[in-house]
Amino acid sequence: MAKELLKGNIAIAEAALRAGVDAYFGYPITPQTELLEHMSRRMPELGRVFLQAESEIAAINMVYGAACTGAWAMTSSSGPGISLMQEGLSYIALSNVPAVVVDIMRGGPGLGNIQPSQADYNQLTRGGGHGDYRCIVLAPATVQEAIDLTVLAFDLADKYRAVAILAGDGLIGQMMEPAQLPPMREGSRIRPPWALTGARGRPPNHIAAFGLEAETLEAMNWQLQAKLQRIRECEVRYEAWLTDDAEILVVAFGSVGRIAKTAVREARARGVRAGLIRPITLWPFPYAPIEQVAARVKAVLVVEMNTGQMVDDVRVAVRGQTPIYFHGRPGGSVPVPEEILEQIMTLHKKG
Amino acid sequence: MDEQIAIATVREQRVYGRPRALTEETTNYCPGCTHGLINKLIAEVIDELGIQENTISVSPVGCSVFFYRYLILDGVVAPHGRAPAVATGIKRMLPDRVVITYQGDGDMAAIGMSEIVWTAMRGENITAFFVNNANYGMTGGQMAPTTLAGQVTTTSPQGRDVETMGMPARMAEMIAGLPGSAYVARCAMYDARTIRETRNAIRLALRAQMTGAGFSMVEFLSACPTNWGRSPQEALQWIKQTMVAYYPLGEFKVSEMVQRLKANK
Repeated sequence: MAKELLKGNIAIAEAALRAGVDAYFGYPITPQTELLEHMSRRMPELGRVFLQAESEIAAINMVYGAACTGAWAMTSSSGPGISLMQEGLSYIALSNVPAVVVDIMRGGPGLGNIQPSQADYNQLTRGGGHGDYRCIVLAPATVQEAIDLTVLAFDLADKYRAVAILAGDGLIGQMMEPAQLPPMREGSRIRPPWALTGARGRPPNHIAAFGLEAETLEAMNWQLQAKLQRIRECEVRYEAWLTDDAEILVVAFGSVGRIAKTAVREARARGVRAGLIRPITLWPFPYAPIEQVAARVKAVLVVEMNTGQMVDDVRVAVRGQTPIYFHGRPGGSVPVPEEILEQIMTLHKKG
Repeated sequence: MDEQIAIATVREQRVYGRPRALTEETTNYCPGCTHGLINKLIAEVIDELGIQENTISVSPVGCSVFFYRYLILDGVVAPHGRAPAVATGIKRMLPDRVVITYQGDGDMAAIGMSEIVWTAMRGENITAFFVNNANYGMTGGQMAPTTLAGQVTTTSPQGRDVETMGMPARMAEMIAGLPGSAYVARCAMYDARTIRETRNAIRLALRAQMTGAGFSMVEFLSACPTNWGRSPQEALQWIKQTMVAYYPLGEFKVSEMVQRLKANK
C-alpha cells in the first residue's frame, strides 16, 4: 500500500478499523474529535458498532460492556475526558477484559487549553484510577508510528486482557504527514471462553472487579500483578539513537522525542556527542536501557511538554549515577529544537 | 399394584419449587428485605420465558451487586450508577440476547441519573430493574434521592427537609415521560395480589425487550427493615401505607407495541 497524506486522528481511527475494532464509543473533545467523526462514518459502513455517548463516563462503561462480550472495543478522548474515564478503567483493569483508549493530550490542569501537552503522563502510567493496576501506555512520535502503535495496542490488549492506551498529543492528533496504513485484517476472531454471551451449555461466566472477602480480593490482586509483571518483562519498547558513544543522553517521548532528535542531530553537527532514548512504552518504562546508557554519559537531559513527570521515572532508572537535568514546557507550549540544543550545549560546556 | 404406584407418583409431583435461574446459596440480604423476593420473581419469569441461557445481567454497587451471584446467569458488576451504559455496550454487541440491569435507588436516581436517562432516551432495548427502598441500604441507611419527605435517615437525622433537599425522585414517572421508553411500571410486594402484579410487570418488561419494543423498566418499592428500624411485617405495612401514597403503583408507560403484546399474552 502506498503512503497517503493523513491527519493523525484519522490515521489512528483508520488503523483501529483495520486492526479489527468491533465497537467504538466516544464523546467530542478537542483535539481528538476527528477520530470520533471518522468512526461515526466508517464503523456503520463496515457493519460495526458506533455510538456517541452522553459523556466520557458512559463511553468507557459502554466499552466495558462491549469488551465483556469478547469484542474489541475502544474509546478516545483528551485530558478532561480521560479523567472522567478513570473509574471505568479501574474496573476494566481488575476485570481482565481488553480495551483500547486513545488520549490525545492537551494542556491542563482543568479546562486547560487545546494545545499539545504531555501532562497526562503520571495519570496514564500510574494506573490513573483507584486501586493497584497499570495500563499499557504507547507513545507515538509520528503519524506512521501512531498507526503502528494503534494496531499494537489492540494486539497487546487482547493478548494480556488489559487496557492499552495510545498516548498521543495535540501535535500527533492534528498534524498531517505521509503515512502508510496496514491492510484490513480479514477473518473473524473466536469469541473467548470467558465472554458474557448467555450461559448456554456451560456454567455462567461472571466478570467482576469485586471480591467481598479479603482473601478473594487479595488473590485477584496478585493474579493481576503477575500479569503486569509479564508485561514488564516482555513488552518494553524504546528507540535508542546515537547512544553508543554519547556523552549527553537526552530522554524524551512522543512528539518531543522527535523534536529532541533534531536537536541531537544538530548537536552532533557541532561536534557534541549527544544521544537520544525515546521511550515508546511509557508503561512498562524502559528503566534498564536508560540505566545502562546513563552509566556511561556525563549528563542526562529530560525534555517534556509538562513540568516534569517522566523525569521521575528517569531518576529511578539512573539511580543517582549521573546528574539529571530537566527542560519542560507546560500549558500547551511546544519546545523547538533550538531550545533543546541550547540545553545540550550548556551541559556540554559544563563538562 | 400398578394403580398404587401411579398414585404415589402423582403425590410426589412437584407443583412449586425454587426457580432454576435462582441460586441455592444463602443470600447476604437482611431478614425481611425484599431484594430476595425480587430476585426470586425475576428468576421465575426467566424460567417461564425460557431465557436463562440467553440473558446477561448487569449489577452495580450496593446491595444490588449480589444479583449476579444469586441469579444463575452470565453477569458483570458495573461501577456505581453505570449499569445502563455497560448494558448498552453488551446489547449493541449482542442484540439478540436479553440484557438486564438491577439497580438500587442511590445508584440509578443519584449517581447514575445521566446513564439511566440517556439509555432510556436512546430507547436502548434493555430492561432496568429498579429497587427503591428509600435509602442507601448497604452503607447503613443514608438519605437517598427516593427518601420520603420527613423520613429520618442517618444523614437526615431531623427527617428529609424538602426545602433544602428537594422532593423525592419519582423515577417511574420520569422515565415514562421520555420518548425512548416502551414500558414502565411501579410495583410493590406487600400481599399476594401485589406480588402477582409484580411478576406480571417483570414478564411484560422482559417480553417488551424480547420483541424489540425499546427500553423497559420496573420499579419495586422494596422493604429495608434493618435500616428503617422496623420489623419485616411493619416494613411491608409502611410500604403499603406510606410509600405508595407518594409512589403510586401501576403502569406509567405502555407503548403501542407493548399494548399489542399485552393483548395477546
